[in-house]
Amino acid sequence: MNNNQSQLLWAYRTMQTIRMFEERMHEVFTTGEVPGFVHLYAGQEACAVGVCANLADVDYFHITHRAHGPAIARGADVTAVALEIYCRADGLCRGRGGSAHLHDAAKKIIGANSGVGSGAALACGSALATRHRGDGGIAVALVGEGGANQGVVSEALNLASVWKLPVVFVFENNGYAEATSADYAIAGGNLSARASGFAMPEAIVDGSDYFAVSASFAKAAERARAGGGPSFLEVRNLRMFGHYEGDAQKYRPPGEVADYRENKDCLKLFRAKVTSENWLDAAELDTIDQDVAKLIDAAYETARNAPLPDPEELMHSVFATEC
Amino acid sequence: MREKSYRNAIRETLYQEMGRDPDIILIGEDVAGGAQSEGTKNGPKKGGEEDAWGGPMGVTKGLIGEYGKQRVLDAPISEAAFIGAAIGAAAAGLRPVTELMFNDFLGVCCDQIVNQAAKYHYMFGGQDTIPLTIRTTMGAGLRISAQHSQSLHSVFTHFAGLKVALPSTPYEAKGLLTTAIRDNDPVIFCEHKMLYRMREDVPDESYSIPFGEARFVMDGEDVTIVAFSRMVHVATDAAKILAKQGIKCTVIDPRTTSPLDTESIFDSVDETGRLVIVDEGGPRCGIASDISAMVADEVFHALKAPIKCVTPPYALIPAAPNLEDLYVPDAAKVVAAVLGIMDA
Ligand SMILES: Cc1ncc(C[n+]2csc(CCOP(=O)(O)OP(=O)(O)O)c2C)c(N)n1
Ligand SMILES: [Mg+2]
Repeated sequence: MNNNQSQLLWAYRTMQTIRMFEERMHEVFTTGEVPGFVHLYAGQEACAVGVCANLADVDYFHITHRAHGPAIARGADVTAVALEIYCRADGLCRGRGGSAHLHDAAKKIIGANSGVGSGAALACGSALATRHRGDGGIAVALVGEGGANQGVVSEALNLASVWKLPVVFVFENNGYAEATSADYAIAGGNLSARASGFAMPEAIVDGSDYFAVSASFAKAAERARAGGGPSFLEVRNLRMFGHYEGDAQKYRPPGEVADYRENKDCLKLFRAKVTSENWLDAAELDTIDQDVAKLIDAAYETARNAPLPDPEELMHSVFATEC
Repeated sequence: MREKSYRNAIRETLYQEMGRDPDIILIGEDVAGGAQSEGTKNGPKKGGEEDAWGGPMGVTKGLIGEYGKQRVLDAPISEAAFIGAAIGAAAAGLRPVTELMFNDFLGVCCDQIVNQAAKYHYMFGGQDTIPLTIRTTMGAGLRISAQHSQSLHSVFTHFAGLKVALPSTPYEAKGLLTTAIRDNDPVIFCEHKMLYRMREDVPDESYSIPFGEARFVMDGEDVTIVAFSRMVHVATDAAKILAKQGIKCTVIDPRTTSPLDTESIFDSVDETGRLVIVDEGGPRCGIASDISAMVADEVFHALKAPIKCVTPPYALIPAAPNLEDLYVPDAAKVVAAVLGIMDA
């Protein structure tokens, strides 16, 4: 991993962008102006950002319904993301996907994700394609610990191993799948124990630590790029909000989120580390905070005022090849 | 031009298309003939014959020898994963042809086909295309009972975003598969397992048959019979019997249910005023009742008699030969349906 200053500044800016984007979404959602469901990524930023710190342009990043953060981490335009969540004509997917189906082909941010777990199978295909081209790329499948219980995920783990594909499976264990806790739904309580059954290396990573995620992922990515086959990463974190906005979260123990915000906030920890190590200074980070706040204001303002798709869009591109 | 079986026409198409486009890969169970590992810690490489099977239906035999392991991939029995992978590969620039051994196994990979492949292009605002062909087998007749004999083309047709082709002869199979592979949408290519041995003259060079353009198998002014896949032959047999009784039938093979050449069907019914639809799928919520509804909507004025659907009963497919034969529509049932509406 590259811990030079520009990389650190990028990581901080990106995590802060996601945090402020999600905090704002949490606020505006109550007004009713955002269509559909939204699943916020606040609290989990270090995972997507730690992964994306190690991706190259040729790599594919398969994301889930909790899509805003990972899409921004990979460089999707923040305004285009906001426009899509507002289902506007100029959104990433022309308003057809909404919050849970962000997709940006140019950035190789691959959605198709609201059937949880499917990204694991599709990522095997991206990996086949990059291997076929010989461009040195890898595919990353982000899958929630809940989605990990889909049969297709077990099939994909085996397939990736049998075909020795350049894939990294990143299981983001945020403790819950909707209201169901991971310790109930994962037999034995240890998700990463499954990796050995598919003959691939695994690691459990503290998801509040950007540096840990980045280092662990870098190792898995290197193995994939070198033709060593797939790896299994379990990143442990918590979400700071509900499963979706409007979730009263009564299934969570009292104080869980407050404690997490206090002691395991990846942004706070990142700031403390880089300032105490004298890698970056606090004033620089404050400037980023102010810049990002402006960017978020502007993105939401644009999205709120942008037009919905034209009615004729309903029938547009049902098929790619018209007959 | 040589006489070729339906099976060989399909193999020749795969061979030719793979030669033309290096981004075409094949994925499926046993498609490379039954691959073996290089040996594991539990034992050395097994010594059996490579490409022993050539695919479960023998369709892909020899392709691994020609195009190698990187392009002809044997998959574990994991339809959801390997069809999902084929979708991911298609989105990422390859042109995969994958094999779903029996269309009945839609049950285990439905999510990938229906929620991923069909929706990818539209839901993401047209950013990517999914140039994917899923070859699968359909149809009753092998006495292999209810889990390996269904005709599920109507089910696939329900989902906007999928194209569905049903070749009824070797010539059709080659031309339609060429189109399927070159098309930029996911295509379900339904091979009827009772047609693999059918033979006819098929050009050696490649050619394509456009989707959504029906084939007029016979022309006649009294009745329009629309039929798909193997039922085209049943309908044609019936039409020949009826011709001897002075009843002239038009037999239409629409070739694809999505897109569907409704124009040709409507025009023909406009002329004949009578319509019989013959299909091997179930009678409820199927392509036969679908066409019947569309014709009733659009050309009701031309109808001289009720529309008749000849399909199997609303039952499951039994293995017992006598029962299976009773289940599948035959020429006698088509003749009876036509005679039933001739007086009107
Ligand atoms: C196949 C499938 N089943 C159920 C759902 C409904 N659903 C949406 S998100 C979710 C929870 C997913 O949990 P997890 O994978 O841990 O991701 P998280 O929401 O925690 O990010 C469920 C059950 C779905 N989208 N897809
Ligand atoms: Mg979860």
